[in-house]
Amino acid sequence: MRKKDIICIICPIGCKITVSGEESRIDSMEGHTCKRGEGYAKDEFIHPVRILTSSVKVNNGKKQLIAVRSDKPVPKELLLECMEEIKRAEITAPIKCKDIVIKDILGTGINIVATGCDI
Amino acid sequence: MLDIKCDVAVIGGGPAGLAAAIAAKKEGADRVLIIERDSSLGGILQQCIHPGFGLTYYNEELTGPEYAGRFIDEADKLGVEVMLNSMVLEISPEGRIVCVNSENGMTCVDSRSVVLAMGCRERTRGNIMIPGTRPSGIYTAGSAQRLINRQNGMVGRKVVILGSGDIGMIMARRLTLEGAKVAAVIEIMDFLAGLTRNKVQCLDDFEIPLMLSHTVTGIVGHERITGVYAAEVDNDKKPVKETEQFIECDTLLLSVGLIPENELSRGSGVQICPITNGPVVNQYMQTSIPAFFAGGNVVHVNDLVDNVSTESMIAGASAAKFAMSTLPEFKSEIIMQPGENVRYISPHKIAVADAIDDVKLYFRVKTPGSDVKITVSCNGKIILGKKAAKVNPGEMEHVMLKASDIAAVAGNFVIDVVKGA
Amino acid sequence: MYNTDVLIIGAGATGCAIARELSKYQLDIMVVDKNEDVGGDASKSNSAIIHTGYDAALGTLESELVVAANPMYDKLAQDLDVPFSRIGAILPAFTDEQFEKLPSIKEKAFKNRVYDVEYLTAEQLLKIEPNLNPEVKAGLYIPRESIIDPFLLVVALAENAHDNGVNFLLNTKVTNIITESGEIAAAETTAGTIQAKYIINAAGLYCDEIAQMVGKDEYYVNPRKGQFFILDKNTSCKVNTIVLPIPTKLTKGKLMCPTIHGNMLVGPTAEDLEDKIDKSTTSEGLSSILADVSKLVPNINIRDTITQYSGLRPNRNPEGLHIDTYEDVRNYVNLSGVRSTGLTASVAVGKYVVQTLLSIGMKGSFKADYIGIRKGIKRFNELSISEQDKLIKDNPKYGTVICRCETITEGEIIEAIHRPIPAKSMDAIKRRLRAGMGRCQGGFCGPKLLEILSRELGMPAEEVNKNCKGSYMIAGRVR
Repeated sequence: MRKKDIICIICPIGCKITVSGEESRIDSMEGHTCKRGEGYAKDEFIHPVRILTSSVKVNNGKKQLIAVRSDKPVPKELLLECMEEIKRAEITAPIKCKDIVIKDILGTGINIVATGCDI
Repeated sequence: MLDIKCDVAVIGGGPAGLAAAIAAKKEGADRVLIIERDSSLGGILQQCIHPGFGLTYYNEELTGPEYAGRFIDEADKLGVEVMLNSMVLEISPEGRIVCVNSENGMTCVDSRSVVLAMGCRERTRGNIMIPGTRPSGIYTAGSAQRLINRQNGMVGRKVVILGSGDIGMIMARRLTLEGAKVAAVIEIMDFLAGLTRNKVQCLDDFEIPLMLSHTVTGIVGHERITGVYAAEVDNDKKPVKETEQFIECDTLLLSVGLIPENELSRGSGVQICPITNGPVVNQYMQTSIPAFFAGGNVVHVNDLVDNVSTESMIAGASAAKFAMSTLPEFKSEIIMQPGENVRYISPHKIAVADAIDDVKLYFRVKTPGSDVKITVSCNGKIILGKKAAKVNPGEMEHVMLKASDIAAVAGNFVIDVVKGA
Repeated sequence: MYNTDVLIIGAGATGCAIARELSKYQLDIMVVDKNEDVGGDASKSNSAIIHTGYDAALGTLESELVVAANPMYDKLAQDLDVPFSRIGAILPAFTDEQFEKLPSIKEKAFKNRVYDVEYLTAEQLLKIEPNLNPEVKAGLYIPRESIIDPFLLVVALAENAHDNGVNFLLNTKVTNIITESGEIAAAETTAGTIQAKYIINAAGLYCDEIAQMVGKDEYYVNPRKGQFFILDKNTSCKVNTIVLPIPTKLTKGKLMCPTIHGNMLVGPTAEDLEDKIDKSTTSEGLSSILADVSKLVPNINIRDTITQYSGLRPNRNPEGLHIDTYEDVRNYVNLSGVRSTGLTASVAVGKYVVQTLLSIGMKGSFKADYIGIRKGIKRFNELSISEQDKLIKDNPKYGTVICRCETITEGEIIEAIHRPIPAKSMDAIKRRLRAGMGRCQGGFCGPKLLEILSRELGMPAEEVNKNCKGSYMIAGRVR
């Protein structure tokens, strides 16, 4: 039986929501005051995800680093492992915004793409 | 010496300047010139590689460079002219801009109207008088962000962050993801300075402790910082000596406030509001010098770049209208007065003309509150009211004044935020 | 292994002034300093005041040297291209007790041969200083009290000495001094042995440790800390002169004055310390400054402070400025107790030491080709627009402004890094050009300076220091 305290980030109220359940089943939820908050708390409990942003080394470019992001939110538990991949990566200029820097990172189907450019 | 003439000169090519330039072009101004000191456009967004931009403006969650990229593309399509690597040294009240770059040498830009979009700078250790030694390893959060994100320089490995502003929290996450250990985020107030979403995603996610009602009371270290003393503060924000503890670190980041960068504005004689430290503006974002407009953090420090864009588009459009002599004649002025629990209101005034539009008033509260009523009144009579479940100094509020509300009254407006719905 | 005629230990104001004076003679001269840059310790953390000596202890060598030095500065500042201004000082009396002290202060000034001290009425004082406490009763005016750029003074002395053949060995600590038959022979340093005919101890804070190396321990240095505030150039409450407090039995007191570049300086405290390392500012010290100076200038706006710092005066115990030679350690000159008026007296001390050396037998003929003029780095922010334009056309690096607060260009920074006594650290650039001394305190220019230093010195950014070894800026690369 898992219990998690969550601060909702959907709006500035920041409701404190407590969710109880197992793996991917929610038994109870209290503290939420709207449907959006309920949805957020559910996702946070069952499978929290985060957009990952970082930098990748650039070769032959005007810049030393290019800003990158995950094109979809990454499972929270994989963040640090993804960072290890990103630290190892390199990309050669020219780079356009949205160019794929790491395809299908850790087999998640999520790409790490450039959010800046170096042309 | 190069002499240039233009219709609208925009000082700064960050989010505010870009939005203003785009709006000026769309309004029909012919020559719109952005003067930018960096080697590329985007301003501070270039180093804000994290997401959280565009939630309201584009209904998407974008990173800083992505958000800036959209405006840069649009400005380019519209034919906005740009002077990069150019530092503005002075602006005369008549709109004569002296700037310098290595290609042209000294350049004089004569513009019909000017948009001030210089953004802000960070409060320093010296400003807040932290006692102790003066070793290396003390950075403002924004400087550290520039070093890490643009100059490939890892500022340190064991970090203490003073100030729970957004920049500090964002850096806490950035540093942790890059392998540094953030020992604590220390905040003198008893509430979070920045957005709650940042506390969750930058501190809670990485189990970084937030020490509210604490401050740094001393810096230790001779060559490089080796640690800080931190203590609890009392109700007067004075450190309580008995609670002092030593926290080891090799880096101290300061996220203790932003100050609108108005040296150029002051130099040209623009009236500055002592509370915001930015120009006094009306709903056209027009300053005390009729040809000068302003938008973005140079006017007041914003939390969301989306608001900067909206506000700056008004500044740019108004500057274009002024340049084309189509800005309406003002008959009178209504002053916005901060009332109970309101720190400041932007714009400071409403210029009343024959034809008037709705006006969005932005304001910040002084202290947090929950279940409050926000009212706009004139001569003691409430003309507008709304409820809010929660208000925070770190999150900008707004009320929408209808043109009819404005036209109907004679007198200054007061915004109050009181407890009890 | 080095070989020189005269070895000067210490590259602060005193050491550099001695070096410059000696460089007028045909001698091989070397200056060593443990720090990575010239500028010493106390010489770079003081009130930047060039004193008249009006209040020096009567009949002392210190009084003689300061009084002699003050008038030299007009020509010196011009020759060495150092910002300097005779703004004058006032000594206002607010209580009857203070008022009654005025005649004895004036008399002491007279005895110190500072004749141009005048009485001023309250109206006259308030006219010069509108922000002075209006309860002032009367006061004294000391017209030749002046302000200078202390960093540039020492850099200029050093550069001029270098131009005239003096060698500077920085990052070099003296570990021992070798004598042979009661005469100086050599100094052992972290950079090797330096054979020298004469050694001059101008080591300030560490002059007692050097003296002990030749067996002299008649005194010790007890550092006296002085904390200071610097206020923003735009601060609402300014003064025009050096506003001095009437001294009490305990202390000379805390003053407020403009700096040569337009900031306000407030302080110093006077705290005796055990060790020579503690340069921290303290909240108690800073509060005491505010409390005391508010009595002089009630509307002082301390919230306009942009930085605070502290300096250690190399106080000597027993007190007093001494320039000693010894029968049993020949060809050695020991300087101790050089503090408070050390910056001012430096130029006179330089000449005094040269005379001392000549009197103990140093031989050296005058240089016909000695150049007493030194030009500083051309300052972009001091030029007219057309001069600026021309400068950039000649060298485009002057068209890139790096320090926005003080309008300092890349061209000036590059020059500072490549001058004969190069600026190789963040603080070395700061002292020479003021980049980082503005209201943003290096927030904007710092990262750019780091880049420029790394590029110009051909070293990775991780190896660039703020000042001394170990004060790294960057822990490593991100990628």
